[in-house]
Amino acid sequence: MKIDAGYVAELARLELTDEEKAVFQPQLESIVKYVEKISSVDVEGVEPMMHGRPLVNAFREDVVRPSMDREEALANAPERVGDEFLLPKIVEGAES
Amino acid sequence: MELFELGIKEAQDGLAKGEFSSRDIVESVIARYRARNGEIGAYVTFDEEGALALADANPKAVPVAVKDLINVRGQPCTCGSKILEGYVSPYDATVIRNMKAHGFIPCGRVNMDEFAMGSSTENSALGVTRNPYDLSRVPGGSSGGSAAAVGSDMCIAALGTDTGGSIRQPASFCNCVGVKPSYGRVSRYGVTAFASSLDQVGPMTKSVEDAAILLGALAGHDEMDGTTPRDPVPDYAAALEGATLKGVRLGLPKEYLEVGGLDPEVKRITDDAIAKCARAGAELVEVSLPHTEYAMAVYYIIAPAEASANLARFDGVRYGHRSAASKDVYSLYVKSRAEGFGPEVKRRIIMGTYVLSSGYYDAYYGRAQKVRTLIKRDFDDVFGRVDALLTPCAPTPAFKLGELQDPLTMYLNDLFTIPSSLAGVCAASVPAGFTAGTGLPVGVQFVCGSFEETKLLKICKAFEGVSK
Repeated sequence: MKIDAGYVAELARLELTDEEKAVFQPQLESIVKYVEKISSVDVEGVEPMMHGRPLVNAFREDVVRPSMDREEALANAPERVGDEFLLPKIVEGAES
Repeated sequence: MELFELGIKEAQDGLAKGEFSSRDIVESVIARYRARNGEIGAYVTFDEEGALALADANPKAVPVAVKDLINVRGQPCTCGSKILEGYVSPYDATVIRNMKAHGFIPCGRVNMDEFAMGSSTENSALGVTRNPYDLSRVPGGSSGGSAAAVGSDMCIAALGTDTGGSIRQPASFCNCVGVKPSYGRVSRYGVTAFASSLDQVGPMTKSVEDAAILLGALAGHDEMDGTTPRDPVPDYAAALEGATLKGVRLGLPKEYLEVGGLDPEVKRITDDAIAKCARAGAELVEVSLPHTEYAMAVYYIIAPAEASANLARFDGVRYGHRSAASKDVYSLYVKSRAEGFGPEVKRRIIMGTYVLSSGYYDAYYGRAQKVRTLIKRDFDDVFGRVDALLTPCAPTPAFKLGELQDPLTMYLNDLFTIPSSLAGVCAASVPAGFTAGTGLPVGVQFVCGSFEETKLLKICKAFEGVSK
């Protein structure tokens, strides 16, 4: 099972330079090889541990409560128009 | 004695008696920061005016340095990353609210490995942090700024976070007490997520008593974090009264003590700590945690997997860096993330995406979760027979800046801290001595069961008494 750093990076929406690919590829191969040692553990019938402690659903009353002020929520926006986040065109062929 | 040298307890006592005010402490900390931060680089930002104003509004409060991934309203929160350059927090994390309610105020923001990924603070995009005991060495990581600030008296105490050792290893390197609480003991709301099933906030302090006081302020149920149970928070500090090692059953895990690669000075100091505990009346019990050797592998599957999902939020849309070269939504994502994240974060995102991807999920992530169950069972079994484990904290003392270049070699720093993180139990690093010749601090680690912080802190307090 060989990791392809460039391909997986694309899946993760990360653009790598050729230099980064050349550096990461052998590093990731050695990390993958290291973690594969778990393949020798007998886990037959063992339940997975999904979280840091056994969890039960944490319910609360479904009531409206104050939320963050709109101006504050938009204050860190890279670009905005009015009360909205401004983004590049997403739908192909649509008017921009 | 200068006020910046004080710990929490001494500061609280002096404030209560009216010997000085919160402003006096903050002014002293600022003077120390101005004198020392240039060479150590513990802080990344220090809003002096803001800290003084908070002190004036809370004249009995003790200032605490905050790791730069915990949100404090109106302050930057860079997480050691270029991707959050210019970000200003719109809200307080629950730990900050809790702290304020218990007579503490946030005071300055300290450096860290980017998104808490690293063991040396060298992965910060915001600059170098140096070990106050030897400026050519790292302070550890990822809470390296917190440890360096405590270790150089540039603060009274600091907040760190620990996912696989990020409080305990730097505490060991910088002669601090560092407590990683049990998973669920402290709210993670407002703390930038790295690996959500592992992350905990904890105190980094000048004494065990200080750690107990600060942990008491941080801990408790939070309706904004569903992993925090409603269990009451004990008065940890009051419980330290008369703490003793007499009759305490200390487990010595052979998998930790017989491991190859343990620095001889760390081994000597750990053996010495064990002998001191025995002389103080502790009963030593050799124990085995047979799945220890798989913990690193499990961690380096689970933590990157969770990180790759958590860091998907950095997409250049609502906050954080947006690439000027964004033409469409795809380039917005790939370029903003490529420009914003540093190499270790990229490696872990790729690793995490790989182990979660279709076809590999069962072999890596699914299997790692099952092995994690076996690791937790090792701890459950052993805590049926002993009160606590005593182990080395990190395999070496602080290493030189630039010394560890290979990522996998760097990961081995967390060999002794990762298993307890995976099990969700509580653990602490306590100063145990200094290396011969080089004079570098070394801590030992105590580990107790889930939500057994009272027991853990009492043992640490008693050890602190006999190790001095």
